[in-house]
Amino acid sequence: MAQITCENLILGYDGKEILRNLNFTVNAGDYLCIVGENGSGKTTLMKALLGLHTPMQGEITFGDGLKRNEIGYLPQQTLVQRDFPASVEEIVLSGCQGRCGLRPFYNKAEKRLAAENIDKMGLKGFEKRCYRELSGGQQQRVLLARALCATQKLLLLDEPVSGLDPHVTTEMYALINHLNKMDGITVMMISHDMEAALRYATHILHIGKRMFYGTRDEFLRSEVGKYFTLMYGGDKA
Amino acid sequence: MMYILSQYLQFPFVQYAVIVGVLIALCSSLLGVTLVLKRFSFIGDGLSHVAFGAIAIASALNLTNETPFVMVVTVLSAILLLRTGQNAKIKGDASIAMLSVGSLAIGYLLMNLFSTSTNLSGDVCSTLFGSTSILTLTKGEVWLCGIMSLFVVAVFILFYNKIFAVTFDESFAKSAGTNANAYNLLIAVIIAVIIVLAMNLVGSLLISALVIFPALSAMRVFKSFKSVTICSAVLSVICALIGLLIAIVAGTPVGSTIVAVDILAFALFTVIGIMK
Repeated sequence: MAQITCENLILGYDGKEILRNLNFTVNAGDYLCIVGENGSGKTTLMKALLGLHTPMQGEITFGDGLKRNEIGYLPQQTLVQRDFPASVEEIVLSGCQGRCGLRPFYNKAEKRLAAENIDKMGLKGFEKRCYRELSGGQQQRVLLARALCATQKLLLLDEPVSGLDPHVTTEMYALINHLNKMDGITVMMISHDMEAALRYATHILHIGKRMFYGTRDEFLRSEVGKYFTLMYGGDKA
Repeated sequence: MMYILSQYLQFPFVQYAVIVGVLIALCSSLLGVTLVLKRFSFIGDGLSHVAFGAIAIASALNLTNETPFVMVVTVLSAILLLRTGQNAKIKGDASIAMLSVGSLAIGYLLMNLFSTSTNLSGDVCSTLFGSTSILTLTKGEVWLCGIMSLFVVAVFILFYNKIFAVTFDESFAKSAGTNANAYNLLIAVIIAVIIVLAMNLVGSLLISALVIFPALSAMRVFKSFKSVTICSAVLSVICALIGLLIAIVAGTPVGSTIVAVDILAFALFTVIGIMK
């Protein structure tokens, strides 16, 4: 059974549809890139998957042992976070909150998990550092470590490289790819970066006026895909 | 100087004032960090004006014990503000401004129409600036304040991790299954309780200062949420103590003296922050 199945989903606000007839499935180990123009509803779709937004119609079903609150979410940075006084350790540990339920404090296992993920993201030695003093790439890795504390199965990334310089962007993509290939974590990523999407993704979901869902190769052969390969020369990727 | 102080401290009403002052300073600073970071600094200000309005209504109705009534009205307004902030046509800051000036005006109007007191402007002044009311506390009020402070501190410690999570990243907290709306509500209710308690100390106009100054000062210097919270609590208590003692000895208004000390501390911490 697929981890996530969306059937005939219609999304919108205040009775106005922005997305309709959304059908796709995500299986364990997939690397799905969600692409589309600005305002096409990518973020709304992501919120619907997380249960922060109620679809107008249709159904999202979770399977294969995945529960909705076991999705590791990497949101876009907010204004509040930019000057937030918090240490790396505190932020990563807050990824364990879903496991706590109503228990007020984190236990040893959760603290160990946080330390492991800090290590995994190459942030060892940064535990006590202040989040606002880190570089953009380091901040993203902190948030990724937090997302990993919330999940062992599926990561949902909302434009994880926006605002990063090209070198750090490449590193970030490599890190995400590693998590997908080596740790077998399913990746769903909203992206504007078509070239990277075609390089790493196994599946593409294009939303907007022209909808497409399929594997990367099917995408390259499709109408929408051909348009993009012409625009960006992505066939070399 | 020390002699005068020890003389004063033998009076029970001075002891009450010191106890209540310290408790209120502690409580108000705890949530200050969250409010400042969530860009909610003005909720405190708005709610304190609501509390002023509620006091006016209470005195118009000739209620003998005002605090419970004021508490209920303020907590309800806090809930209302938060609810409307999420989905109403009038957005966050505008609705706070509306409620704030609205209740200030109605409050003064009611006090004028129904006041039985001969010294109306004195009454209004002491409600707004708390001038001397902290020195006229009864034993019952001290107990009420103590219990409420205990409640605030206990809730804050128990939900510390959740409050941090909701403050830092609401979307992530929601995605992990944390009921962020419930915690926002909890924060609003606690802040309403603190404001009603603090009215005795600094009056309704100066409460925001008690909430935000220690948090802002601590944020200049410290770098983790825990250290900022602890520093802001300690700083707030120290400033309140110094302010209170100066006010008692020098006969200055309690509320404004405490806030002045808070401002000095903020300046000091800013300098330390720059030099670090």
